Amino acid sequence: MSGAVDISPSGARGGSDRAGALMVWGGLLALVLLAGVSLVVGAGQLGLRGLLADPDTAGLLLTSRLPRTAALILAGMSSAITGLIIQRLVQNRFVDPTTMGTVDSAALGLLLAVIFLPAASPMTRMGIAALFAWGGTGLFLLLLRAVPRRSPLMPPLLGISYGAVIGAAASFIAWQMDLMQSLGAWMSADFSIVLSGRYEMLYLAAGFTALAWVLADRFTLAGLGDSMAKTLGLNPGQVLALGITIVAAVAGCIVVTVGFIPFLGLIVPNLVSRRVGDNLRRALPAVALLGAVMTLACDIAGRLIFHPYELPIGVTMGVLGAVVFLSLLLRSQRA
Amino acid sequence: MIRVENLGKTYAGDWVVDVEALELPRGGLTAIIGPNGAGKSTLLSMISRLQAPDRGHVTLDGQDILRIKGDVLARQLTVLRQDNAMTARLTVADLVAFGRYPYSKGRLTEADRAEIERALALVDIVPYRHRFLDELSGGQRQRAFIAMVLAQDTEYALFDEPLNSLDIRHAVSVMHLLRRAAEDLGKTVVTVLHDLNFAARHADRIIAMKNGRLQVVGRPDEVIRPAILRDLYGLDLDVTERQGKPLVDVFG
Repeated sequence: MSGAVDISPSGARGGSDRAGALMVWGGLLALVLLAGVSLVVGAGQLGLRGLLADPDTAGLLLTSRLPRTAALILAGMSSAITGLIIQRLVQNRFVDPTTMGTVDSAALGLLLAVIFLPAASPMTRMGIAALFAWGGTGLFLLLLRAVPRRSPLMPPLLGISYGAVIGAAASFIAWQMDLMQSLGAWMSADFSIVLSGRYEMLYLAAGFTALAWVLADRFTLAGLGDSMAKTLGLNPGQVLALGITIVAAVAGCIVVTVGFIPFLGLIVPNLVSRRVGDNLRRALPAVALLGAVMTLACDIAGRLIFHPYELPIGVTMGVLGAVVFLSLLLRSQRA
Repeated sequence: MIRVENLGKTYAGDWVVDVEALELPRGGLTAIIGPNGAGKSTLLSMISRLQAPDRGHVTLDGQDILRIKGDVLARQLTVLRQDNAMTARLTVADLVAFGRYPYSKGRLTEADRAEIERALALVDIVPYRHRFLDELSGGQRQRAFIAMVLAQDTEYALFDEPLNSLDIRHAVSVMHLLRRAAEDLGKTVVTVLHDLNFAARHADRIIAMKNGRLQVVGRPDEVIRPAILRDLYGLDLDVTERQGKPLVDVFG
């Protein structure tokens, strides 16, 4: 009967606290290591000695490798966090921006922006993509309300088909306008194109996900269900709108810059939830770090497998993601 | 005081709740009894604003409940529903801490932490505080939710069958807890109960409902009577007296 909570020396801290701390410290270590590797691995030779002697090498580092590494970390973190937010808000572990039409809608918006406003600045394009992502996600959630939720697989199945419809519309338009290649680039990530001056909008995406940290408790509460949230004085509709806004803005930024990374938002929150739980305050740092680490690892693998040629991250992450996702699915079936 | 006026809820043309007037004065433990489908849960949901009525209204201390701001209401009235199935993995301590959300908005003060500790201790769940809810038995989970409601520390606390899935020891202790909340802390406790004997033994007042309507409202000895129970449940039940309170032979 005192305020002395969680300060006793041993045994008082919970397993989820410990798992969270372990993931954060382990994640930080892995992040630093992989970021280092990401700076030196590539088609061009880059060593410390060369860096000091040759000004060209320094140029390569500053215009290509450093931006690429930063872009990987930023995009990885924000994609994973959008998955976490949307999974809590929909109360379903199998949805993420790629399985609910968000990314398809963003790409459609961007496509229309490119066609009808060819002179628009990247910022305007991002805004339009985010707006479409918002509308597309909102419509999906309305659809979801209309169908019975007997199985947890219902929302992702509905979302995938919904996304496919939007994607088909986008493909049709892109085909007509000879923009299929651009559409492909937006929908699936490729970091080899990242140069300084062409990725900075990702800092904006990271800023939006920082907002998620501020609103973490609200998202967790909304994830306990509408009646629980209302009983505790929260307006669930408002929280949902805020959450969609963050997710849509991040999707817009990523689609405009590097293209969306498949599976990341789906698997990272699930991997973290098993150990740390779904309290966003605790899960967010771990999800952000694991998202960045997985993205770095997959991109580096893509650079090494057919060195000096590159596999886009969509391929490496697709393989890793599919395996992890399948094992998560099978495990949830058994539980 | 909670006042219910001309409150009604309709599903497919049937009035599942049809209450002309009901007053729940401050303090005391009120039990709501009645057969399945009597509208007990729906009444509770409308009083706690989780469901919108199709006619009539509910006032709390003279104010229409729909006009009170969400976070203000959350410091005055709370409800524990029957089905608390959730997909989120939370620890017991985190869940109970969310009971303080209306006050702290996520930033727990020392006072909040003290309330959380008190609530955890009251429902006897301290050893499981760091467990995830999906790793607990039904009874332990139910107690965690009750602790959350206690941590919310509201003047009015409504419960929908709080004894569900509790063993006898914990059912008795939860009833004692509700009793103490009403008696020692001066809270107003309203709870739907299926077990007539728990209602008869511990409630100050009993509300008997059937087909959405109030049948009888009164002290246990006024409500727990063979004639009324026959009318409610269609069963002839024998009522005796024990410790000055009615005791129903519920086994037919």
